[in-house]
Amino acid sequence: MGPNNILSVENLTMRFGGIVAVNELSFAAQRRKITALIGPNGAGKTTVFNCITGFYKPTTGAIRLQHDDGAQFELQKLNDFRISKIGKVARTFQNIRLFPGMTALENLMVAQHNTLMKASGYTFLGLFGLPSYRKAEKEAIDLARFWLDQVNLLDRADEAAGNFPYGDQRRLEIARAMCTRPALLCLDEPAAGLNARESAALSELLLAIRDQHGTSILLIEHDMAVVMEISDHIVVLDYGVKIADAAPQAIRDDPKVIAAYLGAEDEEEAVAVMEGEI
Amino acid sequence: MDYFAQQLINGLVLGSIYGLIAIGYTMVYGIVGMINFAHGDVFMIGGFIALITFLILVSIGLTMVPVILLLALLVAMAVTALYGWTIERIAYRPLRHSFRLAPMLSAIGMSFVLTNFAQVAQGARVKPVPPIVTGGYTLYEGPGGFVVRLSNIQIVVVITTVVLLAIFTWLVARTRLGRDMRACEQDQTMAALLGVDVDRTISMTFVIGAALAAVAGMMYLLYYGLVDFFMGFVAGIKAFTAAVLGGIGSLPGAMLGGLLIGLIETLWSAYFSVEYKDVAAFSILIVVLIFLPTGLLGRPEVEKV
Amino acid sequence: MDTALPDMPSTSRKIDIAFILKKSLVSALVALVLFSLMIGIRTEAGPSGQLTYWTRFGDLAMMVVAVFAGSIVIEWLRHWWGPVETIRVVPPMAEKALSLAGRLVAPALLAFTFLVPVIFYDQRYILDLGILVLTYVMLGWGLNVVVGLAGLLDLGYVAFYAVGAYSYALLATNFGLSFWICLPLAGILAAFFGVLLGFPVLRLRGDYLAIVTLAFGEIIRLVIINWQSFTGGPNGVSGIPRPSLFGIPMTAADDGFAARLGIEFSPTHRIVLLFYLILALALLTNWVTIRLRRLPIGRAWEALREDEVACRALGINTTTTKLTAFATGAMFGGFAGAFFATRQGFISPESFTFHESALVLAIVVLGGMGSQLGVALAALAMIGGFELFRGLEQFRMLVFGGAMVLLMIWRPRGLIGHRAPTVFLKDNRAISSDLVKEGR
Repeated sequence: MGPNNILSVENLTMRFGGIVAVNELSFAAQRRKITALIGPNGAGKTTVFNCITGFYKPTTGAIRLQHDDGAQFELQKLNDFRISKIGKVARTFQNIRLFPGMTALENLMVAQHNTLMKASGYTFLGLFGLPSYRKAEKEAIDLARFWLDQVNLLDRADEAAGNFPYGDQRRLEIARAMCTRPALLCLDEPAAGLNARESAALSELLLAIRDQHGTSILLIEHDMAVVMEISDHIVVLDYGVKIADAAPQAIRDDPKVIAAYLGAEDEEEAVAVMEGEI
Repeated sequence: MDYFAQQLINGLVLGSIYGLIAIGYTMVYGIVGMINFAHGDVFMIGGFIALITFLILVSIGLTMVPVILLLALLVAMAVTALYGWTIERIAYRPLRHSFRLAPMLSAIGMSFVLTNFAQVAQGARVKPVPPIVTGGYTLYEGPGGFVVRLSNIQIVVVITTVVLLAIFTWLVARTRLGRDMRACEQDQTMAALLGVDVDRTISMTFVIGAALAAVAGMMYLLYYGLVDFFMGFVAGIKAFTAAVLGGIGSLPGAMLGGLLIGLIETLWSAYFSVEYKDVAAFSILIVVLIFLPTGLLGRPEVEKV
Repeated sequence: MDTALPDMPSTSRKIDIAFILKKSLVSALVALVLFSLMIGIRTEAGPSGQLTYWTRFGDLAMMVVAVFAGSIVIEWLRHWWGPVETIRVVPPMAEKALSLAGRLVAPALLAFTFLVPVIFYDQRYILDLGILVLTYVMLGWGLNVVVGLAGLLDLGYVAFYAVGAYSYALLATNFGLSFWICLPLAGILAAFFGVLLGFPVLRLRGDYLAIVTLAFGEIIRLVIINWQSFTGGPNGVSGIPRPSLFGIPMTAADDGFAARLGIEFSPTHRIVLLFYLILALALLTNWVTIRLRRLPIGRAWEALREDEVACRALGINTTTTKLTAFATGAMFGGFAGAFFATRQGFISPESFTFHESALVLAIVVLGGMGSQLGVALAALAMIGGFELFRGLEQFRMLVFGGAMVLLMIWRPRGLIGHRAPTVFLKDNRAISSDLVKEGR
């Protein structure tokens, strides 16, 4: 993998029994860029995500990650929680997984578990409220406050996450992922269920994450308006196989993508969706 | 070898009893997703009712053993089924859509109520009965004088179990009620929208489970010749262990788990130590669950992310 | 027994007497069938082992009439209160007042508890009862870490109580170690058993976890019963040393507590010591739990209860998180066990049955999972309530079990129905427990 790529997926195959969900997939995500993974329902996008974030062990293939400092990881060899802890890969979920009974702030504090755990001397020192832990906790609260502000939820910091409206929950989940200080942020359909205004705000947020925080983003999304607007690069999957891998403009015009993506029943409708009109 | 064959027979008979109780656990778990902690005590109540019916039938001068058995079985099943129905109404239905631990605690409370009820109503002492079904066949006589026997009561237990299982499997697979039960297991809301009477179906699940527990109670009474108010607890835990071992929610799994627990218990007592037979059964449960977290025949739980 | 038919939507509050009578009649009929054999006929083994029976139709009739009358009352009340499912909205003002009262309850309760030995110095019975309640408060707080915070359903908590009790009893009787040395050892041993239980159950969820923990509790009890040479078997361990006040024995001897202070010896001194000892242990449990909740480990426990998958995605090691929860809860159980042994002076496997586990779990759930104050109130209500029925020895479990059913129906979420956040920016607002997950 070249140094410009943060993530490179090589010949990834994932089988469930007899079903091949992902077949010999290879692609790369560039550093400090937004890479979108698109494709019709059931194309295997979430499966790829689950392999990258360690919820599935790939049948074959390698997933390599390289940090800015040159440190390299083979994610398929890391245990689930270590991918986030050491690999610095954070993710959100298609069906939002917040901690509903905890406040927004608490959600973001849990995300800083590993930093705080170390600062608390693995609990023993923290139990007696040492100043060094208190300082670390204050910093954690500041980081949480920063991200709550970024996603525009600062006034709701002390409310239970389960009470938030849908759009707010999506943004809170992104803020929570960012609190792990990730090198790579994987977002599974972040715009699903958002209205046009919320989608626009989301695009802005993701661009800010890329530009101001140097975090690379891998994105699964059906909302083509969002994908076309913010992606630097698009990978298209169909039936677990890669059918296109190019810049947004090229994807937009690729007849293969239009055909596969929409079953090619109605080319006009297909084009309309690709243009982000539907 | 002869000794082993004899223990195998004994284990299978005991396992049949556990299996009958386990079915009640597994059905209720499948449909409402709760551990019916009171089920072991329903089994105990079934044993008591069978015992009392025997006494009455004998004292009014009935002498034909098959008639007595059949009548006692029917009465025990009917009355115990009503217990199952009542328990669901009082203790579980108000908590159906509540927090998961609430029905479990309610069930534990119900179990205490039933145990204590039997203790107060029928006294704390063990109730022995004279052997009702006697005789048997000698299958094999070894050179060392060791005999492998199959007693009539063992035959009765196994045949009753097999017949009831057949009826029951037919009920679940072929009847309207069975279809409703399977529908409720999948999705209660959807089932209700499609015209399934969910309340009635759940009630019937408890009724059937209790009736089978009553059969187990009567078989226990015939096989061991005694009942007491505390027998529901241990038998209940073991039967639940059987249901989990077989894969909770799975009917063949419950029977398989029951037979396995029965065999483990009997063989362990025969070859190692009687004292540690329960420890052996529980340890095997733990070991199985480590390697097969959903039991032997349970559906693997796919983690949806 | 009430066998209510499905609730009819009652549009008016007018009492429909025919309807109530019909329902009550059905209930009475059901009761008649249920009780006919169990109460109407009484069996007993005669002196020669022959089973005899006699009838008790009078009792049966009384029970059926009682059910009929009870049904009428319940149906009538139900008409008054409206359908059971009615959600009562508490006005915010009332909620504020309640939360203020709630904030005052804990300190008041604590102050009162401190004064109990002073106020009731002459009433041995009250002191004993206080010690008993505090023991269960401590057990409830210990189990709360596992069930209430981490959301791991543990039905075998009594195992750790037993491990603690036997650790102290055996160390003290075999090696003559003092209570103050054995106490931490008992905690460590129990924590070790907690990890031992934790390992196999790491992958299990919900009801599988419940049954395995239950089995674990039974295994420990059965091993204690059967390993006679080590544990004394069913006879238990007797002659367990009583605690000393840091080396000063609470006896009438010359170097005893009373003699050293120059006051007259009284057995009550020891009871008071025990009272403050368990109070201190319980408060330690409470303090540690409150601190832990505000530390990353405690937040990780609660996050685990809320969503395990999300925890893993955030880089939390769920294995160690679960094991520490088991170990911490077990450790407190072990402390309580050691206290139980020194208080009783005699222990046997009979004290460590499933019934105890169920009782402690009931305290935690009734308290409102995760709420420290709720657990304390629930322990007081359950153990105190239990004592009220001591006169009805025979019917105690009947009443206790029935109360458990009714309490769960009345408050499935427990007495304290909200969760306090562990950290806040501006506004420390309680979270309704309807949002809080219950673990798996």
